[in-house]
Parts: sequence; structure tokens; C-alpha cells
Amino acid sequence: MQNLLSIDDITASQALNILDTAKELSRLTEGSVKKLPTLRGRTIVNLFFEDSTRTRLSFEAAAKRLSADVINFSAKGSSVSKGESLKDTAQTLEAMGADLMVIRHPASGAAHLLANSGWISAKVVNAGDGTHQHPSQALLDAYTIRDHFPEHRNDFTGLHIAIVGDILHSRVARSNAALLTSLGARVTVVGPATLLPLGVESWGVSVSYNLDEIIEHCDAVMMLRVQSERMNASFFPSEREYARDYGLTRSRLGSMKPTSIIMHPGPMNRGLEICAEAADSPRSVVLKQVKNGISVRMAILYLLLGGSIEGDN
Amino acid sequence: MSIVLEKSDIDRSLKRIAHEIIERNHGLEDVILLGIPTRGVTLAQRITAFLADIEVPIPCGSLDITLYRDDLRTRPPRAIVETQLPLSGIEGKRVVLVDDVLFSGRTIRAALDALTELGRPQSVQLAVLVDRGHRELPIRADFVGKNIPTNAKEIVKVQLEEIDGIDQVEVGAR
Repeated sequence: MQNLLSIDDITASQALNILDTAKELSRLTEGSVKKLPTLRGRTIVNLFFEDSTRTRLSFEAAAKRLSADVINFSAKGSSVSKGESLKDTAQTLEAMGADLMVIRHPASGAAHLLANSGWISAKVVNAGDGTHQHPSQALLDAYTIRDHFPEHRNDFTGLHIAIVGDILHSRVARSNAALLTSLGARVTVVGPATLLPLGVESWGVSVSYNLDEIIEHCDAVMMLRVQSERMNASFFPSEREYARDYGLTRSRLGSMKPTSIIMHPGPMNRGLEICAEAADSPRSVVLKQVKNGISVRMAILYLLLGGSIEGDN
Repeated sequence: MSIVLEKSDIDRSLKRIAHEIIERNHGLEDVILLGIPTRGVTLAQRITAFLADIEVPIPCGSLDITLYRDDLRTRPPRAIVETQLPLSGIEGKRVVLVDDVLFSGRTIRAALDALTELGRPQSVQLAVLVDRGHRELPIRADFVGKNIPTNAKEIVKVQLEEIDGIDQVEVGAR
């Protein structure tokens, strides 16, 4: 792998390789080994133009467990507010020795631009670009599903997964739909018509406007955050109406299959897309997703930087 | 390629190594075997079986050293394989590392680093099926199946029935 920009760039077997590598790394780091020397001397820059808690911290923790040096950059309080461009910012950070850049940016395609413009030779990992892709999140979600349904280790055929809520603005939904369907799962996206993007059928997923019809059949329900920062128009009449129609409420929690799990990429809006009972129920794997995120990101960093890279002798 | 060890030779060597392990450690108290993937694991399992015949069953596991290698940057990323430690752990144990071929010694150096991360064994010993010489580090084996003098450019190919369908060791030109 040269970069990780989009789930569409990797095959199902490459994805499974990342998940297998993550599994071995988690077995090691859950034991007594807290730090591996593997990426000693490599420098990883977290280039964040958008707010983030778990993704940035997760990449940072993953890099540190592999002994890489980490430089954190956030646009707030930097020269970006003086008008410095993405190109100049990236080149400046590469001049400081970056071997890999983890980028989050509000513009869709920013990671692709950074990787393919020829501005830098460092590798690029997309940690979320606008409403486009968030591949490491999809991989950690697949890892979490696989951990929960071990009989589907290498094939998700037979698993039905619902992605619920603000599909329109969600890069998590786009990445997950692509990855989960390529692994064989049946994916249904559920949401109000105003929050479903045009052409969603071409993703290879089913579409539903009625959560109640779907929820009792699903093996995993992925609740998406209502992204108020991207809600620049009236997509639904009121938060109460949204919660009633598309929220994971107590009564919907009761109609789920006994084996099914609740997922959320975080941060959760409790009381809006997910009620507190659901968020804290034993079915909720939200914190496992966070934990697995570190192992999956370690695997991504290892597979990108663990071998020879440009500039090595 | 010419065959230097056949199935019966490999069996005899491993059986002798089993006896030597018992002799060196005055029994098998606190002894555990850790194979280095891939073929070291198979060899460790076979030696464990011989030890069980002679004395008692002891724990046997595997130790992947990929993440500790010093030559990671010379080629594309390698696959990570399973590390399976015995439930007893390695703290205070007499660990016998098992590998198929001892060459530069760099694999063993990596294995020693990996062990340090996992705990503090009482002692670490090394058993190999073939010692072919050409060490690049001050490392030696405690138990050797066969010393095979080689040219540094030659390759030593160990094949084991469980993995390759046949038991034999060949030496030849690359």
C-alpha cells in the first residue's frame, strides 16, 4: 500500500489483511507488551484541519505504540489562520521530516489532492475528508463486527447491517457501505429522504425510510451522528421528530435481535440519534470500537511504513 | 540442491536435542519451548512430543519476531504471524528458543528483544536444527541438530512434513 485514501482503493483481501494484522497487534499489545520498536525513527504528522477527538488521539496512540515520532498539527491556532495553503503547510511539515501524514480536512478530496498532487513524497492516510471517505473508521467497524461474529471472519455473507441517520453528510456511511458490501454483508441505509444522497442505490445497498421495519432483522445497527455543523438547511422539522422516527429509542432497542449489536462512530448525541439506554446497554460496542480503532490504525501504519519506503537506502 | 538430512536424521537430531535439554536443565522444571515461526514452531512441537515421551509434557508456544527485526526497512512490510505464549507466561522460566536454521544470528537477536518485552525469563537457551555458520552477531546455539558448513551464498532449505509434505534439509546454490 502506498496510501490509504478511500475504501474503494483497497480490495476485500487487502482489507482482511489489515484486519488480520490488527488482530495480531491487538493480541500483542493487550498482553504485557505496551510498545513495539517497529516504527522507531519514522515520523508521523497528524494534519487536522477539522475538530476531532478520537480519530486524532487514536492515530497518535497507534503511532506511539509502534515507537514512531508523532507531530500534531491542528489548523486552529496555526498559520492556516494567516492564510497558509494546504500545499505550503504540507511541504513545511514534510521538510520537518514527516514520513506519513494523517489528514483530516473539511473538503472532500483533500487527502487525494495531498497524495497525488506531487507536493510531497510522504505517504498519506485519509482520516476523513468532508463528506467523502473515512477508511480507517470503516476498517475498525468491520473489525468490531468480525470480533463479534467470529463465524464470519473472512466472509460477511449472511450479516445484515443497517446504517441509520444522516447518510447524506456521512463519510463514515460511504466508507462503511463500500467495505461491508465488498466483504459480503447486506447493508441497508435508513434515514429521512432529505438525508439520503442522490444515487445512493448505486452504492450496492438497500434503502429504507422506515427504521422499525428494518431493525428487528439486523445483526448490527450503526447509528450515525446528526452532524449539526453540516446542517445548513432544514433537513428535518425538529430534533424531537427525528429522534422519534430515526433515533434508536428504548422501544426499538427492545425489538432488536438478541445477538445484534449497536455501533456508533461517536461522538454521540444522546437523546437525538441514540437514547441513553441504548448507548449504555450491553449491546453497545461503542467503546470497543474506540479500542479496536487503535489496533486497526497500528495495522495501517505498520503496513504503510513498516517496510522500505522512498528515501531508505 | 543436495540433501544433507533425511527424515530419520531429523528425527534422531530432535530426539537427541530433547535429551540434551533435559540434561542441561537437570530435568524439565520451569522449562518452556518457544518456536520461531514458521518452521521453528513445528520443530518446537516435535521436540515437546519427544520430551513428553522421555519425561513430562511441558508448555510449548510460538514467538513472532517480525516487529523486532532490524531489516524491516529493506523490503516491503512482512506479514505478522501469531505469537502464542504458554499460559504460564515466561516470567522466571527457562525458555528454549527453537528455530530451523541459525545463520547471521539476527533473528535470534530480534527474538531476545521480543522476549525482553514479554517478561524476564530465568534463562534463555537456543536450539536449532541446522547451524550453517556465518554469524554476524555474537550469538551461539546451545543445542544443534547438525553443523553444516556452507558458503555464504548458498541456501539451506528446511522442509518439514507438517508444512511442506516432506522431511528433509537441502543445501544448494541460490
